[in-house]
Amino acid sequence: MSAPLDIRVQAEAFDAGAELNAFAARTDGMGALVTFNGIVRADGGLTAMEIEHYPGMTEAALTEIAAEAAQRWSLGAVLVIHRHGALRAGETIMMVATAAPHRADAFAAADFLMDFLKSRAPFWKRELGPDGASWVAAKDSDEAALGRW
Amino acid sequence: MDVLYFAWVRERIGLPRERVESDAATPRALVEELRAREDRYAAAFADLSALRVAVDQKLTDFDAPLDGAREVAFFPPMTGG
Repeated sequence: MSAPLDIRVQAEAFDAGAELNAFAARTDGMGALVTFNGIVRADGGLTAMEIEHYPGMTEAALTEIAAEAAQRWSLGAVLVIHRHGALRAGETIMMVATAAPHRADAFAAADFLMDFLKSRAPFWKRELGPDGASWVAAKDSDEAALGRW
Repeated sequence: MDVLYFAWVRERIGLPRERVESDAATPRALVEELRAREDRYAAAFADLSALRVAVDQKLTDFDAPLDGAREVAFFPPMTGG
């Protein structure tokens, strides 16, 4: 049976600790649980960030990436929460959690999810700093990271 | 078809989506039609290597068939996570 995928795209802030506890409760019996939280950095006076997304395609792309992870590794469950809209420095942008019987699968699946989520899910970040607003450019290294898989 | 623009592509063109009547066979051909319209389109589509395209919400390439497509979206490389 395939692992349940919980995919959420939302403007609202979420409590990563509470989500982790709820995820752990749902994946009772799994020996390994890996989580990653992405936070708005306060680099170079950055004060806020706006995240644009493509409603409909975003959910479909995230589901496809999570389903691919569940195919490649033995997973008990996958959680992806990604915010859009306005975020301040220090706020949590997104969270990935994977549960598996063994840690190698949980780590690898979370790493894979992050690599693909960065350059295959339709989100665009715009940073607001002391010099105004600018779109975050994709890095060549992000695209190159996909070659690892 | 509906043509959607995101991030700086949306800003350069000045709107998030529009209805376009076109028989273009590929996204590349559709871009050529749009470029010919006005300077703001030419500016947005100046360098296709800096852009990505999705047809009916699936990431694809500029030479993919547009046959029967309902929705085409143009945007810069994605920066999620």
